[in-house]
Amino acid sequence: MTITRRTAIAAGLAMPFVARSGGAQAQAPSRAETLLLVQEYGPNSLDMQGIGSSQPVNGVALNCYDRLLRFKPVPIPTGGGNQVSMGELEGELAESWQVASDGMSCTFKLRDTTFHSGRKVTAKDVKWSLDRACTIGGFATTQMNAGSLEKPEQFVVVDDNTFRVDFVRKDKMTLPNLAVTIPFVFDSELAIANSGGDPHAKEYLKNNIAGGGAFKVESWKPGVETIYIRNDAWKSGKLPQLRRIIARDIASPSTRRALMERGDADVSYGLPPKDFKDLLDAGKVNVVGVPIPNGVWGCYLNTQVGPFKDVRLRQAVAWVMPYEKILQASLFGRGVSMAGGTAPKVAWPQPFPYTSDTAKAKALVDAAGGPFSTTLYFDAGNATVAEPMAVLIKEALSTIGITVEINKVPGANFRTEIAKKTNPMVLNRFAGWLDYPEYYLFWTMHGNNSIFNIAAYQNPALDKLVDAARFASDKADYEGNVIDFIKLVNAEVPMVPINQPTHDVALQKSIGGYQFQPCREPDFRYLTKGV
Amino acid sequence: MNDMSKIEPVVITAEAAPALRFDAPPSTSIWAHARHIVAENPVTGLAFGLFALILFAAIFGPSLVPYDPLASNTNSALQGPSARHWFGTDQLGRDIFSRVIVATRLDFTIAVASVALVFVMGGLAGVMAGFFGGWVDKVVGRIADTIMAFPLFVLAMGIVAALGNSVGNIVLATAIINFPLYARVARAEANVRREAGFVQAARLSGNSDWRLLMTQVLPNIMPIMAVQMSLTMGYAILNAAGLSFIGLGVRPPTPEWGIMVAEGASFIVSGEWWIAFFPGLALMIAVFCFNLLGDGVRDLVDPQRRN
Amino acid sequence: MLRLIGQRLLTTIPSIIGVIIVTFLLTRVLPGDTAAYFAGPAASPQAIIEIRSKLGLDQPLPVQFVSYVTALVKGDLGQSLTTGQPVTKDLAARLPASAELTLAGLLLAMAVALPLGVLAAVKQGSWIDHLCRVVATAGVSLPVFFTGLLLVYVFYFILGWSPAPLGRLDVFASEPPRVTGLFLIDSLLAGEWETFRAAFSQLILPALTLGIFSLAPITRMTRASMLAVLGADFVRTARASGLSGSKVIGTYAFRNAMLPVVTTLGMVFSFLLGANVLVEKVFAWPGVGSYAVEALIASDYAPIQGFVLTMAILYVALNLMIDVLYGVIDPRVRLEG
Repeated sequence: MTITRRTAIAAGLAMPFVARSGGAQAQAPSRAETLLLVQEYGPNSLDMQGIGSSQPVNGVALNCYDRLLRFKPVPIPTGGGNQVSMGELEGELAESWQVASDGMSCTFKLRDTTFHSGRKVTAKDVKWSLDRACTIGGFATTQMNAGSLEKPEQFVVVDDNTFRVDFVRKDKMTLPNLAVTIPFVFDSELAIANSGGDPHAKEYLKNNIAGGGAFKVESWKPGVETIYIRNDAWKSGKLPQLRRIIARDIASPSTRRALMERGDADVSYGLPPKDFKDLLDAGKVNVVGVPIPNGVWGCYLNTQVGPFKDVRLRQAVAWVMPYEKILQASLFGRGVSMAGGTAPKVAWPQPFPYTSDTAKAKALVDAAGGPFSTTLYFDAGNATVAEPMAVLIKEALSTIGITVEINKVPGANFRTEIAKKTNPMVLNRFAGWLDYPEYYLFWTMHGNNSIFNIAAYQNPALDKLVDAARFASDKADYEGNVIDFIKLVNAEVPMVPINQPTHDVALQKSIGGYQFQPCREPDFRYLTKGV
Repeated sequence: MNDMSKIEPVVITAEAAPALRFDAPPSTSIWAHARHIVAENPVTGLAFGLFALILFAAIFGPSLVPYDPLASNTNSALQGPSARHWFGTDQLGRDIFSRVIVATRLDFTIAVASVALVFVMGGLAGVMAGFFGGWVDKVVGRIADTIMAFPLFVLAMGIVAALGNSVGNIVLATAIINFPLYARVARAEANVRREAGFVQAARLSGNSDWRLLMTQVLPNIMPIMAVQMSLTMGYAILNAAGLSFIGLGVRPPTPEWGIMVAEGASFIVSGEWWIAFFPGLALMIAVFCFNLLGDGVRDLVDPQRRN
Repeated sequence: MLRLIGQRLLTTIPSIIGVIIVTFLLTRVLPGDTAAYFAGPAASPQAIIEIRSKLGLDQPLPVQFVSYVTALVKGDLGQSLTTGQPVTKDLAARLPASAELTLAGLLLAMAVALPLGVLAAVKQGSWIDHLCRVVATAGVSLPVFFTGLLLVYVFYFILGWSPAPLGRLDVFASEPPRVTGLFLIDSLLAGEWETFRAAFSQLILPALTLGIFSLAPITRMTRASMLAVLGADFVRTARASGLSGSKVIGTYAFRNAMLPVVTTLGMVFSFLLGANVLVEKVFAWPGVGSYAVEALIASDYAPIQGFVLTMAILYVALNLMIDVLYGVIDPRVRLEG
């Protein structure tokens, strides 16, 4: 930036007007219509389909873009707002939709609505966007594939207002997968016009919103703040009450908590469980918790190399795991213990039939050859919860003759570490966006050996059951398969489930309309602010 | 003065050490001198007292503490200071007093080891540069310049991150960022002594350069290097604690002051101040003691300062 | 003079080259596969390989180095993967924040340290001298992350005197028009008192934290150099010729003692600029230090390289400036080639 004397003078001259206009701007969002959200870190891009997008980019996709479908809000049983119902969908850009009688395609009728640019949303835009998600590579493509959305030929423009998705196979995850934060719809003309020849317009879309969602991005300072402003012309749902959202990045959780307690911030995500518990106990702000659907903290035991090849030792770990201690000291009660399950159910996660029973564990270790040493890994980024957990596990295992060294792996290195599949014990939390048991197992224990199959578990019998459940169309068959694979992993324990953590959010009492989304990012469209 | 003050970016040691002349060793006994220093400067006495305490904790601490520093007791987690737990308990119900005391040994070891390492590396490189001059001097000078041009804490972070999370690498990183300081002091001292009378005399009696370096120059610059060491001890502890504060270095559940402050940091806001406060205090006292001690050692070594 | 500056610059080139090479190598041996990190959860090995080749990480090291240096020559520091922005842009946006914080901390420290140092020298050996030593040493013995947390707890959380530690400005205040990038100065230039007040109150605690830490070197250097000057012949002469004590100390001694202090200030500034990483982290200060730490944690090469290089150049420039200043203050000192 160069500053000439002229621009400096011009700026000086303009200042009095700018300063004065503060009072005169009648339409400017008032403080009551502005929400201040504090979060650990903000988006590193505005394009969730792009490569390397961070977790908060999901929030941008959610609020600034529309999808064909969205998950239907249902009340959280314990109150405080809504969560989603995986099986029930409602139209976002789609006014209506119809699955063909052979069950091999679905036709969507588009709502008569416009992008931020004012141009009408057409089926052509939908196709361009879904094609992009399927071909751009990286996470977006992987997620599309998870719902059997694999190639551009599946996406068909019938006419301007009608769009069809052809299925490659019957997969009950296909439609829910159209409601996650990946297959959102771009203003394709705007994107192409600014693409500079790139068929995916990656550079432009990374820095600009070209969509029609409920909010626009007013300003984005990476690492500092993102300011959203309402799109008053939004027609894909009820017009949000909030007109402006300021999302500040505050790395320190203590600071975020203090801001909440003093009433300076309206909403905070991602505090340590201890802080949520204290805030809840103090009662000055609301804390809304949802057990993370499909999410569980587990201790993965390597089934291919190292001591835990022996199933008896894996069971020993499950028997000695200090479930209750961990729930209290590491999660401060913000979760559900996974100990002492009785009969297998069609649900995930669910308690395994183990409890803390040192004698049983010790007997198994002795039978398997007695004391040994090993190493437990976890992601330093999760240290707040995982470190106390690891310390308690280390202590518990020492009572049955297993000496554990704890290795806290820096976030950048964790993926590389688990990709090696040679680590004997790893603590990790995995949560699938699509809440089905087979979806979880497909990622974490299936023979496809995805990066999250940290235990490197290989069992053709399990693969068969999981695959059968994925594509089963008959309910009884499906449930039979699920019960069978649950029984199998109960006995084999490639992963010892420890607890299902709660996803908590702190909101001032004046804030209403909380909506939990599977992507775990704030949905501003439903939030309200009282005076 | 101009040249010496260029080596001062490491804040703790920012006082220029005056160039020393050790042509004649002090004739009074070192103990008498020490007594004089302490009498003249009570603060130094305090520092020596604290140092004795730290040394005691480092050696005997682990066998004296009331609780096992690693044993969790979730039923008595997050309790404030009391007669049973003098410094309170942490998230897992571990006794903070025991952890703080036991941590002394590790922190002390890290500081001593890193200072000893840089003493060997920097001291030797500097002496050689100062004594031989020429290309050796140039190479050592360039290395020191290059390290100095780095933002030092970030360099230390980078080294630990790159080489792996271990106490050994903290020691190494801390030694490397102190290298220029030691190298330059040693160089300046050796340079002065190269042409000193006693060295010339030894050279004339037919000693080789290496022999001169080892027997004449090196022993003579020991005192000034000792001052340098005690001055950087505090910085070494702070540096190690800073690294473990951001999650690099010491492995849990090993008690270490920096990591304990980091763990306790998130509890300050909720009123459980003792978790971070006591390790922080111990850290502060140790660094404080080493810094004062550095001054004391200099007073002891440097007769000029007595005036 | 100019020729001397030129010569002096030439001698710094090898260190800059050294910094570039060492940083490059260090960032490449950082554990953690950037490609795996940015491929996101659930990435297939195929996807990771694609990203690796997209980022050019599948090239041999020398090739990567050449392309890095080529870009560097064009002033391109690469792109941050974490913020998704060009590194030059990020640094330019964040450097003023760090500079403002550091300068404020330094000014604060000077306001306390200079009088303290002078006093300690004049009353050498008295309780003031000891107090000065204890205060300065205590300041530098406090880990900055600890001081910062403590100050936030006391002044924001318990007493409520200072505003929320939310970075450079109150959430509802807007930035002053950018001239220098230092909010205090920019808001004054624009005549926005409200913004000035907001920026100032945000700055106090982090500046205090840094200031406490930099007390020691300035106090010690002031004291030492005052002592040296007070013992010098010309001061004795001045005293002997009957000048009042305050005049001797104020004009003769202090002015001459300032020379090494200036050097120290420059060094402390460049040291702090790189070292306030932890303070920035505690106060959510959007400076270059916190930027570098985040990048290091994410194995994000470009920002680390950019940050280190910027700091190195700043260090060299500052050194040069001090040498020149030296020549101006004291004409006897000649720049060494």
